[in-house]
Amino acid sequence: MSFRNALRAATALSLITASGAYAETITIATVNNGDMIRMQGYTDDFTAKTGHEVEWVTLEENVLRQRVTTDITTKGGQFDIMTIGMYETPIWGANGWLVPLDDLSAEYDVDDILPAMRGGLSHDGTLYAAPFYGESSMVMYRTDLMEKAGLDMPDAPTWQFIREAAAAMDDPANDINGICLRGKAGWGEGGAFITVTGNSFGARWFDEEWNAQFDQPEWKAALDFYVNLMNDYGPEGFATNGFNENLSLFQQGKCGMWIDATVAASFVTNPNDSTVAEHVGFALAPNAEGVEKRANWLWAWALAIPAGTQKEAAAKQFIEWATSKEYIELVAAKEGWANVPPGARTSLYETPEYQDVPFAKMTLDSINAADPTDPTVDPVPYVGIQFVAIPEFAGMATEVSQEFSAAYAGQQTVDEALAKAQAIATEVMEAAGYR
Amino acid sequence: MARAVTPRRKLINTGLAWAIGLLIFFPILWTILTSFKTEAQAIASPPLFLGFDWTLENYGVVMERSNYARFLMNSIIIAGGSTVLGLIVAVPAAWSMAFVPSRRTKDILLWMLSTKMLPAVGVLYPIYLLFIQLGLLDSRAGLVIVMMLINLPIIVWMLYTYFREIPVEILEAARMDGATLKEEVLYILTPMAVPGIASTMLLNFILAWNEAFWTLNLTAVDAAPLTAFIASYSSPEGLFFAKLSAASTMAIAPILILGWFSQKQLVRGLTFGAVK
Repeated sequence: MSFRNALRAATALSLITASGAYAETITIATVNNGDMIRMQGYTDDFTAKTGHEVEWVTLEENVLRQRVTTDITTKGGQFDIMTIGMYETPIWGANGWLVPLDDLSAEYDVDDILPAMRGGLSHDGTLYAAPFYGESSMVMYRTDLMEKAGLDMPDAPTWQFIREAAAAMDDPANDINGICLRGKAGWGEGGAFITVTGNSFGARWFDEEWNAQFDQPEWKAALDFYVNLMNDYGPEGFATNGFNENLSLFQQGKCGMWIDATVAASFVTNPNDSTVAEHVGFALAPNAEGVEKRANWLWAWALAIPAGTQKEAAAKQFIEWATSKEYIELVAAKEGWANVPPGARTSLYETPEYQDVPFAKMTLDSINAADPTDPTVDPVPYVGIQFVAIPEFAGMATEVSQEFSAAYAGQQTVDEALAKAQAIATEVMEAAGYR
Repeated sequence: MARAVTPRRKLINTGLAWAIGLLIFFPILWTILTSFKTEAQAIASPPLFLGFDWTLENYGVVMERSNYARFLMNSIIIAGGSTVLGLIVAVPAAWSMAFVPSRRTKDILLWMLSTKMLPAVGVLYPIYLLFIQLGLLDSRAGLVIVMMLINLPIIVWMLYTYFREIPVEILEAARMDGATLKEEVLYILTPMAVPGIASTMLLNFILAWNEAFWTLNLTAVDAAPLTAFIASYSSPEGLFFAKLSAASTMAIAPILILGWFSQKQLVRGLTFGAVK
């Protein structure tokens, strides 16, 4: 080999080695939601800026939850970033399973994260996951049907008004249900909805000594109201309807109202998918008369770094990119403001272009009306609005919601369902040593 | 004396068989049809059967978003590798149990089958930890071993049943002619049991292809097979049924084609020894 060739080879080798030292390939576990899929499409922008490549592992929500839980508890090291929610973040942060996000750059502007989101994704004041998008729940209603019924939806309706409006819009002859709500078993499906409904009737899962509260009159009032409302004006088979089923019904013009995640607003107002896109209005989730708490939840899909990853620096760079103001601007420029990930940053709601998006204000108001640290009328020993942030909750709430769904389907009475829920919650809390 | 089948009865039986066949196939047919609809048409009520604007858009989106070839290759390697490895272990095991049984053979067979009664999730953590220790997480080799072990009881049982149908006198004659044990298994037993072995292979391949617990839990990127490909299109918050159907159709197409071409062998093998 000549000296010149040797020099070339050495230069090439050093370049390869140098680039290898800085460029990483990070693996991200995520869910198959519209905003997440959109982010995958912009990965090239991140790679161009940092040199890091990204491998995506996209899974259905429940599969993802099981998959990342197994990996993080065994320190499997399969993922450098995990997409997790508000339920897991404080628990995993407290266990030391996540890398604290307390050294994000000044340009990232961590103080711009909506306070409710930052609080829900922190433990002891330390942020453990950065919100990619956040949501609350609100009323989505058909403005044309409301007008036809001669009613005006207030910005902050009560459950009593919701029932009145459902009765007025219900039109079985034209296949229109007065209202569509979740009834499907599962802690994150119907379980989440009935929990916030309970909050809005003054109910709570536990008192301050972790005693189950399903034997209290507030739960009876909430469940009776829900069952009667849905039996009278809800769709057939509502006990098995979740987010997607109701979204489908609403988009086809078969619901007068739908109370669900704020993120649905962009779906129901999209004329490509929704037959009623031009006739959708929004209002805060309702409360029972005289009860200060509303039936709106708080949730965020957030990006977190499992402790022990070998690529922490690259992972942090990705999180800073994906949850930054610049990313929002990138999506807005390419796909319009209605398609940016909502509910994460204060500055988004101060952007004049975004203020023109019809559901922007109500989404922000709904998020601001939710406080995970003070979710119920009476004091509780837990954090979380539609969930209780303890490890035992997911299994227990799924069982409870199965009993409730059985009551919705007419397989048992409300009283029987509540008695079983009380027994389940009591047994779990005793076994887990809370009492 | 066999009872004569009247033309009318034959017609009814044929019609009934077709009706049951269509009923069983309907979910697959519906998935395939949905894959050619738009997302709005996929959720239309009343459902659209054939009268919709057929589109290939979902396939385009799926191909653009996912590395289908990598998922497919992983499925082929995992299902094929576990089948071959399983047969290498199962043929001698089934031979010994069928032709040299001991007092405990029945107990061993039952014990092997009992491992199938354990819920998979019950051993998820031990297996996961073992894989971490052995560096097998997200590796095809790890999945081949796990798939082989999961299906081994079924392979051994099936082969044992087929081998029992072969007259032991033929093997004895081969031994008298000087055949060694290896020659006996390779040149006498295996050719005679080809239909049984073929159907066992096919069934094992299909089971490994469709397995969706271990393949989802032990893989991430490098070894993820088509089950992970399908799972990536399922969403609790968003209507992506048409894309999910396109992904499902692409995942089941290879195994459907394989099953179609080998149905004769499959049926023959599965009914082998059923009528004596």
